[in-house]
Amino acid sequence: MAGPMADEMPEPPGDQALGPGQAPRGEGQVPVIAARGVTKHFGSVQALRGVDLDIYAGEVVGLVGDNGAGKSTLVNILSGGLQPNSGTIFVDGQRVSFSSSLEARRLGIETVYQDLSLAPDLSVWANIFLGREQTVKGPLRLVGWLDRKAMAASAEADLERTRIKIGSVGSPAGRLSGGQRQAIAVGRAVAWGSRVLLMDEPTAALGVEQQERVGELVSSVASQGVPVLLISHNLPQIHRLCDRVVVLFRGQVVANLRPAECHVDDIVSWITGAALGARRSA
Amino acid sequence: MPVRLPAAFSPPASAPPARPEGASPGERPAWLDLVDRVGDFWIVGVLGLLVLVFGLLNTQLFTKGAWLSISNFSVEYLLLAIGQTFVILTGGIDLSDGAVLGFTGMMSGWVMQGMLNSGDSSLLTTIVGFALAIAIGFLIGAANGFLITRLKLPPFIVTLGSLTAVGAAPSLVNGGTEVSTLPPQIGNIGNGAVGGWIYTTFLVAVVATVVFGLFLHRTRFGLRTYAIGSNGLAARRAGINVDRHLVWVYAISGLLAGLAGMMVMANQAVASPLSGQNDELDAIAAVVIGGASLFGGRGHMLGTFVGTMIISLLVTGLVLVNVNGSWTEVVTGIIIIGAVALDQVRLRLAEL
Ligand SMILES: Nc1ncnc2c1ncn2[C@@H]1O[C@H](COP(=O)(O)OP(=O)(O)O)[C@@H](O)[C@H]1O
Ligand SMILES: [Mg+2]
Repeated sequence: MAGPMADEMPEPPGDQALGPGQAPRGEGQVPVIAARGVTKHFGSVQALRGVDLDIYAGEVVGLVGDNGAGKSTLVNILSGGLQPNSGTIFVDGQRVSFSSSLEARRLGIETVYQDLSLAPDLSVWANIFLGREQTVKGPLRLVGWLDRKAMAASAEADLERTRIKIGSVGSPAGRLSGGQRQAIAVGRAVAWGSRVLLMDEPTAALGVEQQERVGELVSSVASQGVPVLLISHNLPQIHRLCDRVVVLFRGQVVANLRPAECHVDDIVSWITGAALGARRSA
Repeated sequence: MPVRLPAAFSPPASAPPARPEGASPGERPAWLDLVDRVGDFWIVGVLGLLVLVFGLLNTQLFTKGAWLSISNFSVEYLLLAIGQTFVILTGGIDLSDGAVLGFTGMMSGWVMQGMLNSGDSSLLTTIVGFALAIAIGFLIGAANGFLITRLKLPPFIVTLGSLTAVGAAPSLVNGGTEVSTLPPQIGNIGNGAVGGWIYTTFLVAVVATVVFGLFLHRTRFGLRTYAIGSNGLAARRAGINVDRHLVWVYAISGLLAGLAGMMVMANQAVASPLSGQNDELDAIAAVVIGGASLFGGRGHMLGTFVGTMIISLLVTGLVLVNVNGSWTEVVTGIIIIGAVALDQVRLRLAEL
């Protein structure tokens, strides 16, 4: 896993003057997950240009930015599905390099993908357990005989936490509404994410009331110590829910804001680049 | 192993109660649910209808002889269609399984002939013959899967290539002529019928359908087969080794083609280089008639069984009512298109 680089995690070399509040780096606290100088390009498109990010235990960190700013790309790199062109990821201060999402998942990094990553033909419970299926005890275990009852029952419990109604956990995911499918993806991530949750627009298809429920869920997960990286365009909710808001602009982190110390409009002006322009001209 | 968290993360109880199910404005009408439920079984209705029509046209259909010939006819298609179901569920296709049937039968027959000529016991010869056919089928299937996943070639192209290459191979074995020096056990399997009603070969095919059906519908392997065809990226993200899984799927298809090769040999009491030609098309037709989607993710082993029986019934039934054999293919073709068309209608209704 370790490359030629030191295993020590460097301090973020980023512009400390950016935004009115760097990470709440508690004395000696090590980020649960961190990125240093991460770049990624797709052909000639430079999606990420040297991103630094720290997420500490118990935090809810908002990741905001315009469409195409690079949010999903960053999430996909943190979750192991994409490999950065350069830069490093640290988990609990240890340098890691994921070659697949399986490796990230094994470390308890769980993701709600923007496309939800559900198999429409599989039942709700099968989607929640895919890749981590429970088998029965006894000799049938050797052929991988599924314990469907047990999985359906825990799936039901997982989804209850999202408080969004899903008729039956036995129905195919593709039959459900957009909001219900989003609830499956969120419920799955919350059930398995033991170290950090990455949520890429988990509330985009939800109604106002359901967004609130997911918000409560995010807070309660974080209060158990599992930090959440939350991407959303619902800025009032981000402002309310997050301990910190990181703004991506054209593949770079341009601001690291504390909602307690700023207004929603400040976030907006960083997203649009207006604040950046103002700072440059100042 | 991943750790699941205890069910501790519940939002505060003060949260508003969820809206009761069934009250949402966009609810689907009840008759559509009925369509969904009936939908999966309409193919059984088609089978029943065919039985009725042919039975009315010629009551011979309800004789033991007709049943025996229908069930006998279905054996090779059923065995191929089981493997084809796995392959099609992943969104792939195996055009080579008819050719593999012919090649494995010839190879096995040729080796058994050699063993008998050198004085080996007929029981040992039979066992080696079966093992060889199944092993060769497995290896050709695995090679298909390997080429598809490692070289990232489309399944259609790879298996079309093996259809061509493997399809030519039987004529290179035993000088391209039939092998008729076979152990008596092979002939007994072909002639045997349980209680006079169930051919041993048909029993083998049905047991294989049940075993592989349970494997498909009740095990982790089966679930992942569906997942890969339904959303390959999601399967990968879920930590499934998609490439390795696909190699196994094509190997299963090859293995069953090898078993089919033995059953055809048993049935004809010779190993013929002509066996299995074009069988893959009927196997694919059976799977599609049985309700599987060629895009992957949807299908059922029971549907495949019914689809195979429909094709066998058609062939036998049309002969019974004295229709020229070529019409069978015309009707089969129409049924394939009809099955897919109806399925599309069903899908569109399901999206309402
Ligand atoms: N797989 C890909 N292939 C090519 N370009 C991509 C790919 N994924 C993302 N991009 C490009 O990278 C940039 C950042 O995309 P993305 O991370 O999805 O942004 P966001 O999630 O913030 O909307 C966009 O210009 C997008 O078009
Ligand atoms: Mg995005």
